[in-house]
Amino acid sequence: MSTTISQLDEVKTGAWDGGKSPVNAEYGKLMMWFFLLSDAFTFSAFLVYYGAQRFSKLTWPDPDIVFQSIPGIADHGYPLVFVGIMTFILIMSSVTMVLAVEAGHRNSKKEVVTWMIWTIIGGATFLGCQALEWTHLHHEGFWWGSIPDAATVKSLGADNVSATQFANLFFTITGFHGFHVFSGVVINIIITLMVINNVFQKRGTYLMVEKVGLYWHFVDLVWVFVFTFFYLV
Amino acid sequence: MASTAIQHTLEHSGHSHDDHGHHHETFLTKYVFSQDHKMIAKQFLITGIIMAVIGMLLSILFRIQLGWPDQSFPLLETFLGKWAEGGRIKPDFYLALVTIHGTIMVFFVLTAGLSGTFSNLLIPLQLGARDMASPFVNMLSFWFFFTACVIMMASFFVESGPASAGWTIYPPLSALPQAISGSAAGMTLWLISMVFFIASSLMGALNYISTVLNMRTKGMDMWKMPLTIWAFFLTAILGVLSFPVLVSGVVLLIFDRSFGTSFYLSELVVQGQVLPQQGGSPILFQHLFWFLGHPEVYIVIMPAMGIASEVMATNSRKPIFGYHAMVYSLIGISVLSFIVWGHHMFVTGMNPFLGGVFMITTLIIAVPSAVKTFNWLATIWRGNIRFTPAMLFAIGLVSFFISGGLTGIFLGNAALDIPLHDSYFVVAHFHLVMGSAAICGMLCGVYHWFPKMFGRMMDEKLGYLHFWFTFIGAYLVFFPMHFMGLDGVPRRYYAFTEFEFMKEWLTVNTFVSWAAIIAAIGQIAFLWNFFHSIFYGKKAVQNPWESSTLEWTTPVEHLHGNWPGEIPTVYRWPYDYSKPGHTTDFIPQTTPFSQTMSSNLPHDFEGNPEAERIQIEWQKKQQAEAEQGV
Repeated sequence: MSTTISQLDEVKTGAWDGGKSPVNAEYGKLMMWFFLLSDAFTFSAFLVYYGAQRFSKLTWPDPDIVFQSIPGIADHGYPLVFVGIMTFILIMSSVTMVLAVEAGHRNSKKEVVTWMIWTIIGGATFLGCQALEWTHLHHEGFWWGSIPDAATVKSLGADNVSATQFANLFFTITGFHGFHVFSGVVINIIITLMVINNVFQKRGTYLMVEKVGLYWHFVDLVWVFVFTFFYLV
Repeated sequence: MASTAIQHTLEHSGHSHDDHGHHHETFLTKYVFSQDHKMIAKQFLITGIIMAVIGMLLSILFRIQLGWPDQSFPLLETFLGKWAEGGRIKPDFYLALVTIHGTIMVFFVLTAGLSGTFSNLLIPLQLGARDMASPFVNMLSFWFFFTACVIMMASFFVESGPASAGWTIYPPLSALPQAISGSAAGMTLWLISMVFFIASSLMGALNYISTVLNMRTKGMDMWKMPLTIWAFFLTAILGVLSFPVLVSGVVLLIFDRSFGTSFYLSELVVQGQVLPQQGGSPILFQHLFWFLGHPEVYIVIMPAMGIASEVMATNSRKPIFGYHAMVYSLIGISVLSFIVWGHHMFVTGMNPFLGGVFMITTLIIAVPSAVKTFNWLATIWRGNIRFTPAMLFAIGLVSFFISGGLTGIFLGNAALDIPLHDSYFVVAHFHLVMGSAAICGMLCGVYHWFPKMFGRMMDEKLGYLHFWFTFIGAYLVFFPMHFMGLDGVPRRYYAFTEFEFMKEWLTVNTFVSWAAIIAAIGQIAFLWNFFHSIFYGKKAVQNPWESSTLEWTTPVEHLHGNWPGEIPTVYRWPYDYSKPGHTTDFIPQTTPFSQTMSSNLPHDFEGNPEAERIQIEWQKKQQAEAEQGV
């Protein structure tokens, strides 16, 4: 009798029927995904604002002319070479991050540490390059609310208003992205130290590396858009 | 493989919580830096109530100015000093009062105070979880909110006064310190406070979402969740997607204010001086602001709707009418809320064609809203209504939502909005539909879940007194404003004595001010009831409202981890009230169908043929026995 009655009370055991995670993800990973979704809206808002500004202006500084220098090597004549190197470094740091996550799946502590350190180096190099790029533009006369003299502006194919808005937006948006990279590097350092101190070894899973990896790839992806909007189009 | 690992950690954390209940807790870990969702809910509630009282007092101050613009009140000068020299509130301070009143009420009371309290309290309790997904992030969320409150209040103590560009902080007014004294240090503090607030709301929302997705107890599929949880879940998603856009808007504004940029500024002359900033557009700020701002009003109202649905079903002793329709209308409202923001900008110079598009999307929102309203009415229709204070406030919400919502259909029309925009008609509209309605939902929740939060009951008589003061008071305050708005009286004006056509509304203003003051005095009944009952209220029984949801299966005395022993399994939806054939008029979600053979219906088994067969056999047997008996 009792066995037949219990058939009435059978609780479904599907993915969404409770008692387990429907998408097989630990809560922290879900939180990271939703945070990234949220952050994507922040960057989208910035880039939409950028688009609105750019379309409302008659001229805009030509990126091929603005970004010609390779700091320490040449002052002009190499359009977009330096930023290309920067972008390549950042993308490579995403590759090393993937390798760190993969090593985490195999619980190989030593490899995780190695690849994390390469990722940190990549991130820090990118930030350094960005600092050089900013310094160069600052020397030219660009800054928040300030632009070079009229002749230089004209040689860029812009007018005072569009050059001003270009400068404002460039420093704000690449700055906001750089701040994200900086946070990512700090987080990566913390996680690397935790790996070295066997925190995840004891926990039995390197999931945390995967979570910061998600953040790092996101920051990388955002750069692709920022790069496209400021340098390519 | 991965799933078993997660299963293991879930169970493991459950056990550790059980053990934790016996640990010695210090005052600091129990009341201040608590990681228990029930305590954090109470922290949010009490902070929210304090902010609500402050917001209300600010409104009384500017109501005094509006009601008696020619009179001097020396007492005001005693309290406010230079902002009320000669006993009259200064114009600049008047603007600061309406700004901070709006900010506090929208963000600090009806967003954090409402979602923060009830999402924290009810998500784990109604879903059958030991705590939130991340108790630590939950604690951080409260302390960021608290910091935001302190910084916002601190702006009253800077020399140039608090922010005064309105709660929407439109530039250029908010961007230029020389434009108005409130745009100096006060505005900076406003922006810093908002950054903390957004961080708090983001952390809270991420927690709510992952808890709802991951931590439902066995049997609690999405369609067995109470409507409260659906509302909190969708609210959290709205917050996660809309607040970040405000972040962008605020960052650009900070650069305009402090770093000499011109994102929102162009062609400005202030006090005879031509400003250097060129090329920006203040309309872009409005787009960024209202992309948050409009979902925000649904962030405010949806939790209140969820609470009212739950309370109305319980106290009508009937299932909620159209449960699925209620969920789908919440989803519909959530989606639509992102594509209607332009209706705040019909007169700001937006392309009229775009205005037409926003008008259509806006009017479509009336459909899910009406679905909800009719479902509430159908829920109480012929119910065995129990008029508890919570039930009265739930009905109050529906009333305000209808009377405020109807004027929304007027304002959503681009053509009608041209004369009505920025008039008292708008003030009347949103104070009824999101202000009064949402605060009714919040108070409804406080009266209903007070026994769950504090283990004691609130006094019913004082609750009734409080309800009638609030309900009648709010109508007397906001209803006359419709007529002022139709006559073209603009909002945010300091004195009605300066314009000939506004003078005839002075007596109405005096009436409204009296109504506001009396309604405010009525809130003392609530405050006394609330704080007194925490300590001296009648002890609550486990399930005082005979409700079927999961939170009433936990013991009255709180324990860390919510349920002693195993978490209960859920067998049925949350609204089995007055089910025909059952002996009592409610069946808790945890009651298995095998214990309710006399009331089971075929569709209860969701297509499980074996269960249906057993049920039919049982019924046949009963019938045969009955016939033999005759």
